Amino acid sequence: MSNPIDLDPFARFRAVTRARIGLGRAGDSLPIRAVLDFQLAHARARDAVHGHVDFSAMAERIGATQSVIRLKSRAADRPTYLARPDLGRRVDPAALMLVEKGDWDVAFVIADGLSAAAVEAHAEIVLSACLRRLGDLKVAPVILGEQARVAFGDEVGETLGARMVVVLIGERPGLSVPDSLGAYLTFSPKVGRRDSERNCLSNIHADGLAHETAADKIVWLIREALRLGLTGVDLKEDMGGAAALPSAL
Amino acid sequence: MSSYAILLGRQRHVFDDLKAVMAAASPEKSGDRLAGIGADTNERRVAARYLLADIPLRTFLEEPLIPYEVDEVTRLILDSHDAAAFAPVAHMTVGQFRDWLLSYECTTAALSALAPGLTPEMVAAVSKIMRNHDLIVVAAKTSVVTGFRTTIGLKGRLSSRLQPNHPTDDPEGVAGSTLDGLTYGVGDAVIGINPAGDNLDACMRLMELFDRLRQRFDIPMQSCVLTHVTTSIKAVEAGAPLDLVFQSIAGTEAANRGFGVDLNVLREGREAALSLKRGTVGDNVMYLETGQGSALSADAHHGVDEQTVEARAYAVARHLKPLIVNTVVGFIGPEYLYDAKQIIRAGLEDHFCGKLLGVPMGVDVCYTNHAEADQDDMDNLMFLLASAGVNFLIAVPGADDVMLNYQSLSYHDIVSLRHSFGRPPAPEFEAWLHRMDLLDGEGRLAPQASSVARRLIDYRPDFRASA
Repeated sequence: MSNPIDLDPFARFRAVTRARIGLGRAGDSLPIRAVLDFQLAHARARDAVHGHVDFSAMAERIGATQSVIRLKSRAADRPTYLARPDLGRRVDPAALMLVEKGDWDVAFVIADGLSAAAVEAHAEIVLSACLRRLGDLKVAPVILGEQARVAFGDEVGETLGARMVVVLIGERPGLSVPDSLGAYLTFSPKVGRRDSERNCLSNIHADGLAHETAADKIVWLIREALRLGLTGVDLKEDMGGAAALPSAL
Repeated sequence: MSSYAILLGRQRHVFDDLKAVMAAASPEKSGDRLAGIGADTNERRVAARYLLADIPLRTFLEEPLIPYEVDEVTRLILDSHDAAAFAPVAHMTVGQFRDWLLSYECTTAALSALAPGLTPEMVAAVSKIMRNHDLIVVAAKTSVVTGFRTTIGLKGRLSSRLQPNHPTDDPEGVAGSTLDGLTYGVGDAVIGINPAGDNLDACMRLMELFDRLRQRFDIPMQSCVLTHVTTSIKAVEAGAPLDLVFQSIAGTEAANRGFGVDLNVLREGREAALSLKRGTVGDNVMYLETGQGSALSADAHHGVDEQTVEARAYAVARHLKPLIVNTVVGFIGPEYLYDAKQIIRAGLEDHFCGKLLGVPMGVDVCYTNHAEADQDDMDNLMFLLASAGVNFLIAVPGADDVMLNYQSLSYHDIVSLRHSFGRPPAPEFEAWLHRMDLLDGEGRLAPQASSVARRLIDYRPDFRASA
């Protein structure tokens, strides 16, 4: 049997693109292998969107070394979360009573966002890598946010009285990467902050930004934000890798 | 402003004004719920439809949903309205208009003559009381033909946009996706890339890449780098080989401002592209994209439902005499169109409304991974749109856009639709495919391993700076 690689007219492109080129045809249609590969990628992306972060277990693990508070957004379930982004941006008022105002430099929020897989795989590692680098700052109790979007951190940060908030959140999955984590930094968090007032690091995953590198960049941004008193378009992340804000979050 | 009311059994349904009737009459959309204007019961939705069916078409000329004083799109719609073209239907209600659209008297010629007499609000209103069936059969009677180096929209043809997006605009990666698509006969509407950034030099390099490919194989095609209109104007000034000027547009002045454009800058973009005189069979030089929900996401919808605002974007498009326009129907997300049912409905509405207004309408049949939809649903929508006579559809390698992280149609799907419906690509492009021996007399494609296909695939573009 001949080696199909030798016959691949697109061999020279494979190293520079993940695009599904040169798939071959069955009549006019995709060959079965290409159909199933696509279905597998889509299935993983869907499972990531609809998966549940085990926040109980996460709270126990993080709670061994840090104070942890579990909160929920005003979106009661995943279908509501997907259809009503406004509800995912606000904290369930009953749960918010658990949060006390303090004197904090920075608060971290772990939010499920659109990929449970990303949060399960990367959030705690990035969090602890950041905390190791921030021994000199007053860090608020870690907030775990269920059915939460980026702006969820604004209300949390405001209630905590934190000077800034960092939201680690699951990004909308693509077919090639179902578990990409994003980090959103907001100085002086309060309800109604615009996306242009945040900084974002995206693509934290196995084939993207490594955990330690991500932590370096996040910590650099935290220190710059506290020094300059701002985040957003006027704070340029000059360590490379800063991305535009995905509006879907 | 007058309120509207109807008694159904013992339940009286009252609506504050015309836009409340329109919003409630709309098929269920998550975006209208998000905006707090959608019908809250099924009965109320039908009540609004009864009322809408009895509203005279001319009401939409007398009662603008968004005031004339505050919105330049409203001013464009009313100032450019052609009363003579409107005359044949001027006496009709929305319901009578729906029945007339389906009648034998409503021919392709009648619809073409009528288009300048219709406003977006009229076509949006009638679409709300039409079933999917109606949207398909009436759209199939329309004909909107445009041209640049190919002629798009001719009856019995199906064109396509080849979308070779790459996360870093790597020229070899872009070339791979482009050459792959050409061997499927895709790209006769446009080879159009969403660049990873808005950087002028990077955009100009992509324009060069496509123009050299075009010249090397003498392809009757047009390319487009989908950057902001102001970047395209700069590219023209810098001497780039630009075919089409692209811009995302919406149906209100405020939403367009959110895109960083107004009617003036759009007209400037068109003038810039026209000045190059690069078209051979026509001078339609604009490529525009739209999508339900874009105005709401910019908080610029004025309380008008997302489908009506979308139709208003086609008035902006019509004014610019574009080569191609498409709705990115499932791209914007489940907060605007929740699932496949809503996406499919919106795709048919957008195509119908665009065509009725005289816009060369195509569709990006697509969805994101957080919408309740999959490729089976896209199969449904693409066959429905082909039945409706859509001008063009977008295709990416294997239906997977590796840059924008969403799913569209595959190159294969275009081939399959053309074969199933007996609809070849644009005539100039079809002749080229025959000249290249890529297409046989029965519309079958040469395999990619064949020597004729390898001639294309083995092309190595020169990526160095332009000569």
